[in-house]
Amino acid sequence: MMLLAVLSGFLLAFAVPVLCRLAGSYVGWLLALLPASLTVYFASLIPAISGGETLLFEHQWLPGLGITLDFMVDGLSLVFALLISGIGTFILIYAGAYLAGHRYLARFYVIMLSFMASMLGLVLSDNLITLFVFWELTSITSYLLIGFNHEDMEARKCALQGLFVTVAGGLALMAGLVLLAIMSGSYSLSEILSSDMALHEHAFYTAAVICILAGTFTKSAQVPFHFWLPNAMAAPTPVSAFLHSATMVKAGVYLMARLNPSLGEGELWSQALMAFGAATMLTGAYLAFSSTGIKKVLAFSTIMALGTLTMLIGVGTELALTAFICFLVAHSLYKGALFMIAGALDHETGTKDITRMGGLRKAMPLTAAIACLAALSLAGLPPLFGFIAKELLFESLLDSPLWSAALTTVAVAAAVLIVGVAGLVAIKPFFGKVGNTPKSPHEAPFGMLVGPAALSVIALIFGLAPFLPEGALLQSAVSSVNGASVETHLALWHGVNVPLILSIGSLVLGLSLLSGWNRLQPSIYAINTTAARFGPEAGYFRFMEGITIVAAWQTRILQNGVLGLYLLLLVAVTFGLTGFTLLTHHGITLTLDLTDSHFYEWGIALLLIVAAIFASATQSRLGSVASMGVLGFGVALTFILFSAPDLGITQLLVETLTVILLVLVLFRLPEFVNLSSPFERYRDLAVAAFAGVVMTLLILAAQDVQYFESISSYYIENSAPLAYGRNIVNVILVDFRALDTLGEIFVLSLAALGVLSMIKLKAEDQYKP
Amino acid sequence: MKSNTLILHTAALFIMPLQLMFSVFLLFRGHDEPGGGFIGGLVASGAFVLYAFAFGSEATRRILRVAPRDLLSAGLLFALASTIPAFLAGQPMLTAHWWELPLPGDGYLKLSTPLIFDIGVYAAVLGTIMTFVISLMESDE
Amino acid sequence: MESLMAYVVGILFAAAIYMMLRRSIVKLVIGLMILSNAANLLIFVVSGMTRGAPPLLPEGAEAPAGAIADPLPQALILTAIVIAFGVLAFAVVLIRRAYEVVGTDDLDQMKDTDT
Repeated sequence: MMLLAVLSGFLLAFAVPVLCRLAGSYVGWLLALLPASLTVYFASLIPAISGGETLLFEHQWLPGLGITLDFMVDGLSLVFALLISGIGTFILIYAGAYLAGHRYLARFYVIMLSFMASMLGLVLSDNLITLFVFWELTSITSYLLIGFNHEDMEARKCALQGLFVTVAGGLALMAGLVLLAIMSGSYSLSEILSSDMALHEHAFYTAAVICILAGTFTKSAQVPFHFWLPNAMAAPTPVSAFLHSATMVKAGVYLMARLNPSLGEGELWSQALMAFGAATMLTGAYLAFSSTGIKKVLAFSTIMALGTLTMLIGVGTELALTAFICFLVAHSLYKGALFMIAGALDHETGTKDITRMGGLRKAMPLTAAIACLAALSLAGLPPLFGFIAKELLFESLLDSPLWSAALTTVAVAAAVLIVGVAGLVAIKPFFGKVGNTPKSPHEAPFGMLVGPAALSVIALIFGLAPFLPEGALLQSAVSSVNGASVETHLALWHGVNVPLILSIGSLVLGLSLLSGWNRLQPSIYAINTTAARFGPEAGYFRFMEGITIVAAWQTRILQNGVLGLYLLLLVAVTFGLTGFTLLTHHGITLTLDLTDSHFYEWGIALLLIVAAIFASATQSRLGSVASMGVLGFGVALTFILFSAPDLGITQLLVETLTVILLVLVLFRLPEFVNLSSPFERYRDLAVAAFAGVVMTLLILAAQDVQYFESISSYYIENSAPLAYGRNIVNVILVDFRALDTLGEIFVLSLAALGVLSMIKLKAEDQYKP
Repeated sequence: MKSNTLILHTAALFIMPLQLMFSVFLLFRGHDEPGGGFIGGLVASGAFVLYAFAFGSEATRRILRVAPRDLLSAGLLFALASTIPAFLAGQPMLTAHWWELPLPGDGYLKLSTPLIFDIGVYAAVLGTIMTFVISLMESDE
Repeated sequence: MESLMAYVVGILFAAAIYMMLRRSIVKLVIGLMILSNAANLLIFVVSGMTRGAPPLLPEGAEAPAGAIADPLPQALILTAIVIAFGVLAFAVVLIRRAYEVVGTDDLDQMKDTDT
């Protein structure tokens, strides 16, 4: 059941093109039935989880490699699963209206559903490798969605940037997960989490933490990798709302929360998380306040939220983890809603620029109301769930065992800016002077409003009645991040205390900042353009240029198209390594025993040597071909003398046909000429001689080494009784190992087809004028 | 390319049937004595190549009756057909099956999937080499 | 005999590789031919050389009378000989075609034709 639930998105994706044709404009509603039913299914697991259970669903995938499709459901993964499927439901409905009549609507839904399935797999996987596979799948689907408008050069560039950053982090993450598995001795998350090993004392701890954090920081857009997220806003708005605010970017946060019980005891973990989280929080809040595009504003405020979440995991007290879960839920609810509002504004007014919007509340009253509700939660005002989350945030930072003052200061500064940001998205477009927008605005369609309305209302309900989500799920989610059970106490009203005073202060400051926003814009713009020149994004571009330069350099040096050089390198390396291994592992045996052979056998050996040397030394083509013939017949003679009649006959016949072939072709080609310089010839000769010496030594060494029992005795014993044949070689060819022979004649026929088509090609060329 | 010497013509006419008969002989005795599909196919192609050198590619195509590449595909089909009995019996691929058909008189005919397979190899080798040689000769004309 | 053949195979490999490193494409083909012979001989020599005991069973016998030559490498080499012929034919036609198109048999001059 769980397997089906996770993979159903992939399955439905196959049917999308057909459904799109059948359902027409209702396809969004139709497809939303899947995440809706998934939500119901996950919700049905709530009672068990809130009872403190952890559910495991086991399925085999690659048992030989220890990779399973096991799924683990506990408080944390269930919160994520519910967010993904719940918000996914509204996003699919919304997208149906937002992209109505779009040429690639079906393609959009296919990727979107695949993404949703990958994301569910990510948060529910119990196996580290499976988790990583789903992790990479979300990166890939995100890439496809950012570049959805693939005719737009800018979108493609942004998509590639997002992919590079997240996949580079993913590579590090894989190393980190493998290290984690080595440290803990298991690839299963539930086993790692339930073991009471002290991982932070392990020698690999630092390396594992750095690798894992490189993965999660890039995915969750922490400073200095935050630059890809605003660029990802090139995606259609439903994608931004779903992937780049509510779900995918939280994958990194999820993994940090998931591993917190195991890795959280080390100082490196908590300090790195606090430092990077706080830096990200402040940077995000500042950049959000300084942007003018509504989607950019929201993207940067998402970065701020991701920083906050990371920081809270780093703080790691029970209170901080409670704040973490509340902030996570609150953020997903209001940010999803605000993004959908932003899309509605863009859709109806034709611009994303806040400075051009104004007074829209008359044209779009419903949108305005929903936007205000969601923005209240963003600004952290009562009675919304965002308020509870922010109060808890302040409270936990004041209570933090480490860096309490600094973190609180940063959080208050960020909160001030975020109040301003909330004003930017809720007040600026809807109140004040009526702006000059490219399209004449009117109310957004129902499909585009139902999502944000529902999410805002949920945030309101959670704010008014925090015991509802708390009792059901939040408490067990906090416990699973903490690693031990936690009692939480959520309430809207805590009485007058320090957090409340900080909230009021930040509200006042934020509002005054907002009123000065127009005046501040020019100077902020100047600062940002200067900063951009030295920022991490500039570093990214320099790095990409560097890659191109290195690629060009190594192409010039190594891949220069001179076949001889390739071969020379290949031969030198292969035989060099073989010779080295031979020398170190076996030693050199140099024997020449002439007593065990007859004099005519010496003659054949001499014939072979002379023919080979003559064939390569002569200046005459005819001489070369003739000595090749001599060589071939000499080999045939060897086969016949040494008990291989079949080989002898075959060699003889092939040699005859080869000479005929060479006569047909080779003499259409020019005479031998010496093209190489003497230096090149001596160099090649030295390499060739070296290869020959290594081969000789290898054969001599192989004479007295036998690593495995020969399997030939089976064929000899069973040839007559089983295969009714007395020519064992032929029995092997057509019976025991007939599959090899079947493959061989297919190869032969391919060669024949190749020859045929090359000659056909030529015939067609001749008809060209 | 076509030779005009009388000796080659005559020799080709006489030797070719002998070579072909010998090649079939090699093919059938291959399971017990030196021989088999590869060697038989090579001998047969030797015969046709000799003929081609004497009388030209057009004449060789006529005497071959089928296009070389059809011969090649027939060989592959024969080899594949020999997998069918094992497939029907639900055995691993290419498991050998043997039948003994009684002939009028005393003897009987030993027929087996390895033999069918070997015939496939014979035809594939012959087809491949004739494809090489005939298309090369034709591209010269 | 194996020790003597070891030297022969070594020389064959050296000659083959030297020829394959030449710039003339015809020499490359000659090198390819020597190489396939050298490889076949290599397998043959390493698997042990036996005189006068082909891997054939006497009429009516279920098992050989005495020690016989190893049949498995022989089966390998037999297919290798035929495959090598197929590859050679393909290579020969390919270089002839390339020569017609490019007008040179110098490999170094051919490298710029695909750009």
